[in-house]
Amino acid sequence: MSTGTRVSARGLRKSFGDFTAVDGIDFEVRAGEVFGFLGPNGAGKSSTMRMVGATSERTGGELSVLGLDPSHDGATIRSRLGVVPQEDNLDLELSVSDNLFVYGRYFGIPRRELRARIVDLLHFARLSERATEKVDNLSGGMKRRLTIARGLVNEPELILLDEPTTGLDPQARHLLWDRLYSLKQSGVTLVLTTHYMDEAEQLCDRLVVMDKGHIIAAGSPRELVDRYATKEVVELRFPAGEARRALEEVDGLARRVEALADRVFLYTDDGDETAEEVAHSGLRPTSTLVRRASLEDVFMTLTGRQLDD
Amino acid sequence: MARSSLTLGPSLAERARRPSALVARNFFVQVRAVPYVWASGLLEPILYLLSIGIGIGHLVGKVPGPGGALVPYAAFVAPGLLATSAMNGAIYECTTNIFAKLHWAKLYDAVVATPLGPTDIAVAEVGFATFRCFLYAGVFLATMAALGDVRSWWAIMCLPAATLVGAAFASAGFAASCFMRSWTDFDKVQMVAMPLFLFSATFYPLSELPRWLQLVVEALPLYPGVALCRQFSLGHPSASAFGYIIYLSVLALLAGEVSRRRVTKLLTP
Repeated sequence: MSTGTRVSARGLRKSFGDFTAVDGIDFEVRAGEVFGFLGPNGAGKSSTMRMVGATSERTGGELSVLGLDPSHDGATIRSRLGVVPQEDNLDLELSVSDNLFVYGRYFGIPRRELRARIVDLLHFARLSERATEKVDNLSGGMKRRLTIARGLVNEPELILLDEPTTGLDPQARHLLWDRLYSLKQSGVTLVLTTHYMDEAEQLCDRLVVMDKGHIIAAGSPRELVDRYATKEVVELRFPAGEARRALEEVDGLARRVEALADRVFLYTDDGDETAEEVAHSGLRPTSTLVRRASLEDVFMTLTGRQLDD
Repeated sequence: MARSSLTLGPSLAERARRPSALVARNFFVQVRAVPYVWASGLLEPILYLLSIGIGIGHLVGKVPGPGGALVPYAAFVAPGLLATSAMNGAIYECTTNIFAKLHWAKLYDAVVATPLGPTDIAVAEVGFATFRCFLYAGVFLATMAALGDVRSWWAIMCLPAATLVGAAFASAGFAASCFMRSWTDFDKVQMVAMPLFLFSATFYPLSELPRWLQLVVEALPLYPGVALCRQFSLGHPSASAFGYIIYLSVLALLAGEVSRRRVTKLLTP
């Protein structure tokens, strides 16, 4: 493993009885980057994160985290990781700042040192005014920020974020992205999972697309869009059930076409021109939208399904 | 950074530090937020002591103690209540509390992401509950002494005996909580604890029962605690004490091992 690698996995597998959650994946996370796992629910992202976080034993393959093997040095790895779980699991019996204090003590951080860090962390999470409040009184976005601050209490070299903005309103999401971006600027390595393509596009330097326990594509967001999608997409909306029929009509109008129950996607390099051709073909969709291709289209191309089905 | 621990495993100090951080968390929460929980845990057994010992004691008079000599009923029943309060204290701390932290508050999911592992959690929670039983037993024993229910200096041994009862039931409670699926499962805990309280020779000498029933009672997990405390508080220790201590120690260790395995499976699938 080179010094610039924070996590490396080869043939990594995880099964629960007969069910295989992660089916032999290879990936490498480099120092200082934001690395993403993009995929729908049940793709194996969280299982992968738990193995990297040394809280779940792998079933097979090789895994190295911060140069150590989670099977043997789990506690040492965890002492150098920051973990932000999918579900907030703050200590509901403690106040905002006591949450950070008690959590820091699990890492054995001296009390005096901890008090100084908590001031900074509350400031980072924009929660300084809420320090003595009960956790229950916080909004969803505040709880998330506190959970992230808690994950930073041991000054980790690597931070794992599982679905960091799921369930938050747009404003809270943007504030959180801003905080994560500032972490990245400070040189920390971030690994995150998401099923939001905009989140992956905003935050990730590199990502892998997962489906059914496999990695089906890897690269930077831009590379993936270039490789698996076209520049633009024309989205035609139809009454439910009619999209598949329309698929035959538009075949040939674009480089590639895909259909869901109520929509047809035409992958093309010039969206306006294709939309024009659709109009001339006599097809009458309820609406027509021309947009830039995104990671959602990459996923669609690779699996024929939508990300957040 | 020199990390010799990589090859040798964590140092002994680190092994001890991890569970103690969680124990400290429990003190932090309970001492600050719910002092009345401690007060009620102390008060309840003492109310029993006053009501049953003094009230019923007047009606009953004297009963045969461990050595065969007659002792006042209050002095007879007090060590039984001491052992029971240790059991109840352990069960109170180590059943619903554990289940809530495990499944509802998801506290342990956060804890296993730190250097602490599932084993540290089991050790911390059972240790904390046991310590609480130790404190309660101390206050209870002092109350017994003040009421004249203590007959010998051997009584001081009631303290480790009650603590051992606490450890055994805290382990068992933790293990059971790891198998519970819903809050209603906890009715089963009361269905076990209540008969143990009533039938472990707590309120009358074992000799009152027919031989076959004596054998049943002697097998119950609260009985060794009651018998042990009674031998000590009435100043009649016998060789059977070793048997009781082994019984309770084995129960604590077995239940502790079940707890460790089960909680590892739950928290680090």
